[in-house]
Order: sequence, then C-alpha cells, then structure tokens
Amino acid sequence: MKHLLSCDGLSRDAATAVLDTADSLKQTLLGREVRKLPTLRGRTVITMFYENSTRTRVSFEIAGKWMSADVVNVSSSGSSVGKGESLRDTALTLAAAGADCVIVRHPASGAVHRLAGWLSHTHTSVVNAGDGTHEHPTQALLDAATLRERLGGLDGRRIAIVGDVLHSRVARSNVHLLTTLGAEVVLVAPPTLLPTGVSGWPVTVSHELDAELSAVDAVMMLRVQAERMHGGFFPSAREYSIAYGLSEARMRLLPDHAVVLHPGPMLRGMEIASVVADSPRAAITDQVRNGVHVRMAVLYHLLAGEEEVA
Amino acid sequence: MTLLKGAVPYGEGDPVDILIEDGFVSEIGTPESDGGEVIDAHGLIALPGFVDLHTHLREPGREDTETIETGSAAAALGGYTAVFAMANTDPVADNPVIVEHVWRRGREVGLVDVHPIGAVTVGLKGERLAELGAMARSDANVRIFSDDGLCVADPLIMRRALEYSRGLDVLIAQHAEEPRLTVGAQAHEGETAARLGLAGWPAAAEESIVARDCLLAGHVGARLHVCHVSTAGTADVLRWAKARGTQVSAEVTPHHLLLDDDRLNTYDPVNKVNPPLRTSSDAKALREALAEGVIDCVATDHAPHAPQDKDCEWSAARPGMLGLQTALSVVVRTMVQPGLLDWRGVARVMSERPAEIAGLPDHGRPIAAGEPANLVLVDPKATWTVNGARLASLAGNTPYEGMELPGVVKATMLRGKLTARDGQAVR
Repeated sequence: MKHLLSCDGLSRDAATAVLDTADSLKQTLLGREVRKLPTLRGRTVITMFYENSTRTRVSFEIAGKWMSADVVNVSSSGSSVGKGESLRDTALTLAAAGADCVIVRHPASGAVHRLAGWLSHTHTSVVNAGDGTHEHPTQALLDAATLRERLGGLDGRRIAIVGDVLHSRVARSNVHLLTTLGAEVVLVAPPTLLPTGVSGWPVTVSHELDAELSAVDAVMMLRVQAERMHGGFFPSAREYSIAYGLSEARMRLLPDHAVVLHPGPMLRGMEIASVVADSPRAAITDQVRNGVHVRMAVLYHLLAGEEEVA
Repeated sequence: MTLLKGAVPYGEGDPVDILIEDGFVSEIGTPESDGGEVIDAHGLIALPGFVDLHTHLREPGREDTETIETGSAAAALGGYTAVFAMANTDPVADNPVIVEHVWRRGREVGLVDVHPIGAVTVGLKGERLAELGAMARSDANVRIFSDDGLCVADPLIMRRALEYSRGLDVLIAQHAEEPRLTVGAQAHEGETAARLGLAGWPAAAEESIVARDCLLAGHVGARLHVCHVSTAGTADVLRWAKARGTQVSAEVTPHHLLLDDDRLNTYDPVNKVNPPLRTSSDAKALREALAEGVIDCVATDHAPHAPQDKDCEWSAARPGMLGLQTALSVVVRTMVQPGLLDWRGVARVMSERPAEIAGLPDHGRPIAAGEPANLVLVDPKATWTVNGARLASLAGNTPYEGMELPGVVKATMLRGKLTARDGQAVR
C-alpha cells in the first residue's frame, strides 16, 4: 500500500490489517506515561490542509508525533498556495523537500488522486484527509475501529447513516468500508440530501428514521453544514431536526446495545440532542481517541510496513 | 489543374478520376489531364469537405492555446473546409470589429473558411441583445449567433433573440444548460458522479431548455439550432419538436458519441467537458438519433486548453477537449463501423447538413462537374494513433491520447487548392 486515497477499492484484508494494527498500538500505549514509539523516527510527514480543520489535522499530527515522525504542518493561507501556486507545484515542492508522506485535505473531490498521480515517480505517499464531497477514509477506519470495539465485530451488523449523505465524504467512505467489512448499511435522509445515483450503492435507503432505529446496531449521525440549511435542501432547521434529529425519544427506540456515532463537529439540539451525545451509548470521544491510533496504523502501513501489507 | 485519380465518391461504385480546374470540379470519369498535378487517390473515398458548426479558435484572447492559424491547420488536417468560430473569445465577438478580425485572419491564413459566430447578448451576459444586425451586415457576414459556453437562460431574452433573428435570416444556436440546475456542476448527475463526489449536471438541465426553446421557436416562427446534444432525453425532445414542425436543427459532438462518464474515475480533467460526458446508454441513443436524422450533424466543440488549465484538480479545470483532427475517425468508429451510417451518411452529417444549416452555398455540395472543389480524400482502411503533442493545435488536450482510431484524412482541398496532404497542412 503506497497511498490511502479511498475506501472504495480497499480490500477487506487491507482494512482489517490497519484496524488490527490500530488495536495493538492502542494496547501498547495503554497506561504508558510516555506515549511515544520510535517506529517512524527519521521519517517526514507533512500535513497540507486546504480547508479548515482542527480535529483531523491535530489527530494526524499527534499520530505522527507518537510514532516519532517529524511532522510539518502546512496550511494554505500561510504558504505559497495563497500566492496562486498550483496544487501540482506545491505537491512536487513538498516531495522534493523530503516528505515521505503528505496528508492532504482539499475542497476538490479527487484532488488526492491527482496528487498521487503527480507524485507517482517519487517515493512520497499520499493520505486522503478528506477530498471535497468524495471520501475521508481515515474517518471511516476510525468509525469501524470504534464499532468493532463496541460491537465485537461488523459482520452482519446493521448501521444507519443519517443526514446529509449527498455532501458527505464521511458517508461515502463508510458505505464502502462498512459493507466491505460485512455490515449492512441503511442511509436515512430526505431525498434532497441523497445523491441521484445512490441506487448504484450497496445500501438500502430510507426516508424515515423512526422506522429504522429498532433494527440497527449503530446509528451514525452526519453533520449538517450551515450552508445547506439555506440552500433549499430542506425547509428549515426545525423541520430537519424533527424528522432526522436524534432526540432522546428516538434514542429509546434503539436496541440496548446500539451505539451512537458522530464524526463531529456536532450541532447539539439540531442533529443530536445533548442528552444523547453525552449518554453512555454515544461513542463520540472514543471515535476521536481511536482516530489517533488508526492514523498511527495508517502511517505505519504506508511508511514502515510496505512488506507486511499486500 | 489537379487530377484526383481513382477516388471513389461517397464510397459508392467504381473508382473515377476527378479533374479540378479553377477551383471547380470540371469533369468526372476518365478525363484527360495535361500537365497538371496528379494525386493518386486509389483506395480513397472522396467526400465533400467537412463543415464544423462549433469550433473554439481562441483568438483573440487565448493565443497561447490556439490561434486562427493553428486551428485552421487542425481543421484542414481533419478534413474541414469551413469552420464556425465561437464567440466566447476575449474580448467577446459581440461586435463587428471582432467578427471582422476573425473573418480576415481566417482569409489571410487561407486553410479553411473561418466564419465567426457572433454573441447573442452583449458580453455573453445574457442580459441584452448584441448588435446582431451590425454583425450580420459586416464584412464577416455573420450567419450564426450563440452565447456558447453559456446558455441564453432568460426566456424573454431568448424569445427576443429568436424573434429578431427572423428579420435578419440568421440562426440562433443555443448552449442548452439551465444555470440554476447546474450551479457548481462538475459531472453528469448519475451513479458515477454520486460515487466520485462530483456535483451533478442533470440531464434535465439540458432537456428543459431544449424543450422551452423549441416551443419558443415554434411560437415566434424562428429557426433554432441546438448545440452539443448530450442526452437521450434531448433526442426525444427533438424528435417530438421536429414531428410537430418546429424548425429546429441539432448537432452532436464526437466525444458524446464515443465516450461516457466511466472515464471520470481517474479524475483526469482531460475528460472534463461541458455538457459533461453522459452514460453509455445516452451515447447509444445519440448515435441512433444521428443515424435517424433527429440529430442533424456532427460538430466538434473543439476546445483547446492550456496545460495549467487541465493539469490540476478536477473542479479547477476548464471544460473542453480538442476535436477537429479526430472527428472523422470517431465518426467512423462510432457510426460507420457499426453500420449506423454509410459514407453517404458521413457526407450528410459532416458536410451537407451543417452547410445547409449555416446557409453556406459553396460547401456540402455534390461531388459533380460544375461544383466547387471543396473535397476531402479519406483512407477508410488505414488507422492512426492519437498523440496530442503532434496535433496541429497549440494545446494538446485530447481525450483520445494513445487510442488507435480508424479513418485517415489523406488530403483536403479548398476551392481546388490543397490545404492538407498526408498529415501536413499546406500553406
């Protein structure tokens, strides 16, 4: 594995290997006072974020540092990107400067695929930290890690993904990864927030959240971006919240073992009630915690484990 | 005096010799030629020179990607004897000065008749009509008007344009794209775009404008030309409109006949074009509609772009692809080889109908004594491999890179003068 660009096409074996590595890294670090492994000492990892992000960038940075990699953060505003440099030139520059891995978030779907193409003659790995409305594979991996931890496994499990599927890279990555790992996925959203071509996806589609909750093992709430609320995708935040928000009453429809996930940042009261977000069945902080281990595992497989992973 | 020896007109019947004198075909059969040039055309098919209703020559404004000179060479090498240059240059061809410049440069280069298309609205803004009459009466004698690249979306402006065009006996060519349905659109709205996370360009955004404009054209009694039809639904709308007597004509691009949105998986913007590549079933419906005559002709939408405008992320890339030198081969691949068109049909969709639609009296004429010698000789058995860097255009953005395509243009002749021969433009 040279790059991690998408969950589409990621094999079950490759995904499982990353998740298993993340588990063992988590166990290794558990209870340690000094959380630092020497594995990636001397490797240079550059994060390149063309969109604002706190949690993902920080998570990658911590992951790199706990693996002893040299982590450099580049933001589009404080670099020559702001001077109009092309993505290609920026990528070639960072690779030439010695990056072993570039971790990229970009507003254009497919930008990371282009990057991987431009860097194909170099040894530099590319990790997709979110490309437009396409994919966010490490988010799906950390969601899968959290679900494995809570549910014991994903085979035969039923996961509802609720909300703005149309614009969600988290949803796209999860649809691919969760189904690859043997889970059934049901997408729950108003028709305006589902892609027109969703019929080709290996999922079932529902427009009624209440009808789905009693049969799921987990429910993943998606973020509703403010600009969608004014874009005519649904009549009002209130109507959305009434139909698709995870209220306390709705939480009671879930089976006892069912888990609640949210990729963050959350809109409390709109997508998810505070009581639900803070309840024991919510795994939201677990997701963040697992995110670091999953990203450590990804870096390990890309930069140290080329021989081990097919 | 030139003698084309052993060519088969329209690929029908026995080889004949075609004698060309003073820009006209003077005799067909076994004429005597004394002293003139003899071109061995054995095994070649003779067709009337092609006419492209939709070309972007980029001059003025983007001479780094194409000029009237390089675009004319590409046209001649593609078998074209007349091309219509779209108005979305910089500055926009919305006034007599620009259209006359384009027309004059075309004449100076002399490889192909370059007919400027005028803008329908000032600055392509869709707000008020450009001076269509002044452009029509200029030396450029503009016959077609289009805001191509953009849709004349305001129904009242479009109605007025159609209505006004009647008085000048000119043609309005519409780029059919309802802009409210294509805000931020990047790819055909369907399974591929859904998977790739690209904002959708729905078929209905084209079809609804075509339906609206057919109704408006019928209402005001004007002619309408529909640019680059890309969906099966648009073909259905055209079939319906033609059946009820609307004076509507339509073109399809070679790329919409051959390619589909499966090509988008790499995110390589060489496949980005507007309207976008649709599904394989749309492409099939377009091929059938062209064979049936519901779509009248093939037009290239030849759109050169600089490397930096394609060598970038998908959403930042400019839409468009080269087409002049590959059009015939794509038509052979998609229409002739599957038996949808014979060579007589190729002459119809690439020369006769576009010349008729544009009102060109001396192109798309029969290959017969007394007719203007605007001709192309095609080797139907030969193939060639496309290499963008070796095409005559300054830009190299061809989606057919590395593809082996059938049908090779061996010679092009404009009013009896060779403009291209054996892969070289003849100045």
